[in-house]
Amino acid sequence: MTDIISASNITVTRDNKDILDNVSISVNADDFITILGPNGAGKSMLLKCLMGFYKPEKGMINRTPNLRIGYVPQQFVSEQTLPISTKRFLTLRKKVDEEEIEKIADETNIKSLLEKPVHVLSGGERQRVLLARSLIGNPELLVLDEPAQNLDISGQLAFYKLLEQIYQSRSLSILMVSHDLHMVMATTKKVVCLFHHICCSGEPQIVTKDPEFVSLFGNDMAEMMAVYQHGHNHTHEVHDHD
Amino acid sequence: MTMIEPFLVKALIAGILVALIAGCMGCFVVWRRMAYFSDSLAHSALLGIAMGVMLDVNHNLSVMVSCICFAFFLIWLQRKKVFATDTLLGILAHGSLAVGVITITLLEQRMDLHSYLFGDILTVGDEQLWWLFIGGGFVLIALSLNWSSLILMTIHEDLAMAESVRVSRLEILLMLLMTIVVAVSIKIVGILLIASMLIIAPAAARQLSRSPEAMAIFACLIGIIAVVSGIYFSFEFDTPSGPTIVAALAAIFAILFPLSNFYRKN
Repeated sequence: MTDIISASNITVTRDNKDILDNVSISVNADDFITILGPNGAGKSMLLKCLMGFYKPEKGMINRTPNLRIGYVPQQFVSEQTLPISTKRFLTLRKKVDEEEIEKIADETNIKSLLEKPVHVLSGGERQRVLLARSLIGNPELLVLDEPAQNLDISGQLAFYKLLEQIYQSRSLSILMVSHDLHMVMATTKKVVCLFHHICCSGEPQIVTKDPEFVSLFGNDMAEMMAVYQHGHNHTHEVHDHD
Repeated sequence: MTMIEPFLVKALIAGILVALIAGCMGCFVVWRRMAYFSDSLAHSALLGIAMGVMLDVNHNLSVMVSCICFAFFLIWLQRKKVFATDTLLGILAHGSLAVGVITITLLEQRMDLHSYLFGDILTVGDEQLWWLFIGGGFVLIALSLNWSSLILMTIHEDLAMAESVRVSRLEILLMLLMTIVVAVSIKIVGILLIASMLIIAPAAARQLSRSPEAMAIFACLIGIIAVVSGIYFSFEFDTPSGPTIVAALAAIFAILFPLSNFYRKN
């Protein structure tokens, strides 16, 4: 497998504190990685380093040249004072033809929203629009930063279902920061637990049993995950015998 | 119709230029919630004028320099994270306004403080027109070159960064442009009322617009209507030009306001 993007031993220091401490991570083609960790653990910073917003003090970021990255940020509050249609927002600073817009709007189910102003959209609609924007230009890697954070539970379910569909139907890798591990347990291939350093990483079923995971999130969380795992026992068994 | 007096022609050109610059710049002031910042910047301009008189430097230049110092001093204080930005702005704005007034009073030369505070569009000279042309042209070109990037970063800063918009550079550019707008339009609307040129026209325009460009264009048009009618009233009834223009703007806003209920749904 080839890395499309990787960080090796990166350290980021802010205000004399190591936000990231000797962190290494690599994303392969067709990967689905979920990063989780408590607030302030450096998750967003890791994404920002990988995407090149920040240069880490130590360590290296390697990216395949001209890697096409689509970014889905956290929920945003749209100012009513700025009038802009969804379609215009999607194409802002992008070179894209009608056909691609149509296709992506179909894929993300936002066709009926295109002519509406962004500020009237609901949280879930807005998040689908951000997802649609990230798909313009046929990205090889989608980076998502707590994409469903402010959605209600059914909104979260719908969003992750859509994300799974996109992952299955397109050939792209996904790197996501999310607390909603239970929602992507079946699809995510790898989980990385981050608390300034990488505590543990691996397949979700294995990671959630890791003592580091338990110490980071407590017994309750670990037990809860065990319940979710139970539901996916089949896939788990198959993997084990591979 | 009789020939229009040359000073009126100059006043009209100056006023229309200010309406254009303030209309486009003002959209960003409204979108990015910089209203208080622009007001404070203008307050600090009086100190710049006092410095200009003291050192015998062109007022446009000395105001730009003092406003830029103001902006960077503000950024430095913000980074200390001790007080909220509006508190800092209040301290800096009124502090520098006060020092400015004192300095001007202490200076030997007799200065018409009133015309700096409220503007005097009817006495605009050729030199000031040139400042408006060049400064205003620079502002308009800089805004239009960076238009989409500025809008994207206004909607979502992280998204803009991910798409390689140089956000912090553009933020500094916006502040720089704002100092230019303040410096070149003091003569027209005065220190106390510049912020209203930046805010009222775009706010009124918002109620008519469905796209960012439409809002900027409507803001310019509304500004021009206010300036032309303001100059007319100011000339006819001998009222101070700045307040008359601003009153016209406020009237247009009030007339358009009922529309906002309709547009909020669209």
